[in-house]
Amino acid sequence: MELLSYFPEWVLTHGPALLVVLPLLVAVITALLPSEKIAWLATILTAAMSIFLSVGALQYVLSVGPINYAMGGWEPPLGIGYHIDGLNAPVLLLISAVAFLCTLYALPSVVAEVEPKKRAPFYAAFLVSLAGLLGIVATGDAFNVFVFLEVSSISTYVLVGMGASRDRRALASAYNYLIMGSIGATFFVIGIGFLYMQTGTLNMLDMAQILQQNGAESRVTKLGFAFVVIGLGLKLAMFPLHTWLPGAYAYAPSFFTAFLAATATKAALYLLLRFVFTVFDVDWGYVAGSLTYLIAVLAVIGMLAASLQAIFQKDIRRVLAYSSVAQVGYMLLGIGMATTLGLTGGYLHLINHAMIKGALFLAVGAFWYRFGITQVADMRGLGKTMPWTTAGFTIAGLSLIGVPGTVGFVSKLTLVRAAAENEWWWAVAMIALTSILAIIYLGRLIECAYFHAPPKYGAVPAKRNEAPLMMLIPLWVLAISAIVFGINAEWTTSLAEAAVRVLDAGPNTMPLIKGGH
Amino acid sequence: MNQHLILRVVAKILIPLIALFAFYVQFHGDYGPGGGFQAGVILAAAVVLYALIFGLQAAKDAIPPSWVRIGMTTGVLLYGGTGVATWFLGANFLDYTIFAPESTHSAGQHYGILAVELGVLCTVASVMVGIFYAFGSRQPELSDEDW
Repeated sequence: MELLSYFPEWVLTHGPALLVVLPLLVAVITALLPSEKIAWLATILTAAMSIFLSVGALQYVLSVGPINYAMGGWEPPLGIGYHIDGLNAPVLLLISAVAFLCTLYALPSVVAEVEPKKRAPFYAAFLVSLAGLLGIVATGDAFNVFVFLEVSSISTYVLVGMGASRDRRALASAYNYLIMGSIGATFFVIGIGFLYMQTGTLNMLDMAQILQQNGAESRVTKLGFAFVVIGLGLKLAMFPLHTWLPGAYAYAPSFFTAFLAATATKAALYLLLRFVFTVFDVDWGYVAGSLTYLIAVLAVIGMLAASLQAIFQKDIRRVLAYSSVAQVGYMLLGIGMATTLGLTGGYLHLINHAMIKGALFLAVGAFWYRFGITQVADMRGLGKTMPWTTAGFTIAGLSLIGVPGTVGFVSKLTLVRAAAENEWWWAVAMIALTSILAIIYLGRLIECAYFHAPPKYGAVPAKRNEAPLMMLIPLWVLAISAIVFGINAEWTTSLAEAAVRVLDAGPNTMPLIKGGH
Repeated sequence: MNQHLILRVVAKILIPLIALFAFYVQFHGDYGPGGGFQAGVILAAAVVLYALIFGLQAAKDAIPPSWVRIGMTTGVLLYGGTGVATWFLGANFLDYTIFAPESTHSAGQHYGILAVELGVLCTVASVMVGIFYAFGSRQPELSDEDW
């Protein structure tokens, strides 16, 4: 690949570690910076660097092969190994790209939403959260995953709580998220503990190889599986465990909601894929059973229940938050099918939904920025007063519904094909039904924005007051990519297929070299 | 707490010893139980004891909150900076061996772990004191008499 020649060799070798270390160290420096402008500059440069590094890693993975990195020179399984392959490289790029776009948007939005004294630490917390998410995805060590899960979660609680200067309910939501998130992380680490008890290793590749030899049917492994799945289910907002999500999305500062919606649940979903398919094995009875009878069923119930709830919400961001729970259902349905096509659909939806929801939440943040709008009823006439923002919102909304020519259509079609291939006609019906529900809950917003006259101040109707350019650019980048990848889905599909090749290959069966270095 | 003469005298004797013990735990951590985390907590305990006996204001005069914030970040930078140093020397992140590649008794590992543990000490002690200050400085939202 000629693109690879632009990357210095050092960057390709040490990229996985630099990707995580850079935001972490810049965050620490940012916390001390006196000016928010410099803090913002440091943040955006870091995010740009993350994109550069993850593009390099992705290109390397696609054209050469997986990257392994031994932290501290200690070879895995003794040391902590970073492992980047087709499954996690696209997620790294996704997180970096969304972080960059959201930071661009943050400059005006943070000024409006966060107290001046807290702005530089705000950016620092955001960078820590970014480092945590990148760490979760990049590492190949199960306990290291837990550490980064906590790093990203704790900074996320803080950032959600910082929405308090706009709406005091942010504090209660952050606390709720803290309790639920901590339970999720605890379950996850208990699961890792059981797996460690069974295998005596924390390296995922090594764990998989040992479980292949023996211990697959042991009760300890089964317990480990159950705890890991439930813990991750909490983190990714699987249907009955999603209660933290609407509050957290509704009251966090708007740029962080967009980042959270586009990345946090996606990183947890990636972990679920990684564990279920490459550490455990779908050929084992209880793993296959849980996928079919637990994850797929909960996914479908979640799709329906959350879509119905979204219809009755008054707060715009809560509509979108419930819709996120429903969309996580689509991804879980793809995972639950456990077929090549189903997984491709689920993974594709993971990437596509990040673009869509990112754009939607950025647009809603802009509505608030200009007119202080949070309620659906207040969206009257936004088509006239903020035409560009509303247009971007509409494109993303259509994409969420799954109109042909948008990314939502591509991934939903793949999921429908996969369900039909499995002869899960009920799932096909559910995807169709929840898409109709999406028309209702998004149509309600779009209808309000375009077909109602702008509110009047005295006798004068509200004037046109478009969002600043810094907010429009990231919104439109996401909205345009939702169309571009909807019309030509070749690139995103090839990424999803590369990821599914890793999942189809199943757990590692080659022993890692022990010591001797 | 001006009337508690015994407490003040005992604390004055104990606080330097506690701080000293913290550094013993810190530098003994290479060879025995201990290390930056435990040492940091013990060092912070000395400050907390000082604040309990002589008052929060006295403690804040001795260790200003702004230092605490700088201490937290310095620690992380020391830790991460050690890793960055190993990168500049051409090894993997945090591969301490590169600090003394010729050494036959892994001196590089010792140098590396010393620097890293110093970072841990800095951060843990500062965070502990910071949490204590944060809770100690909280104004009660409703005083008892207002009930």
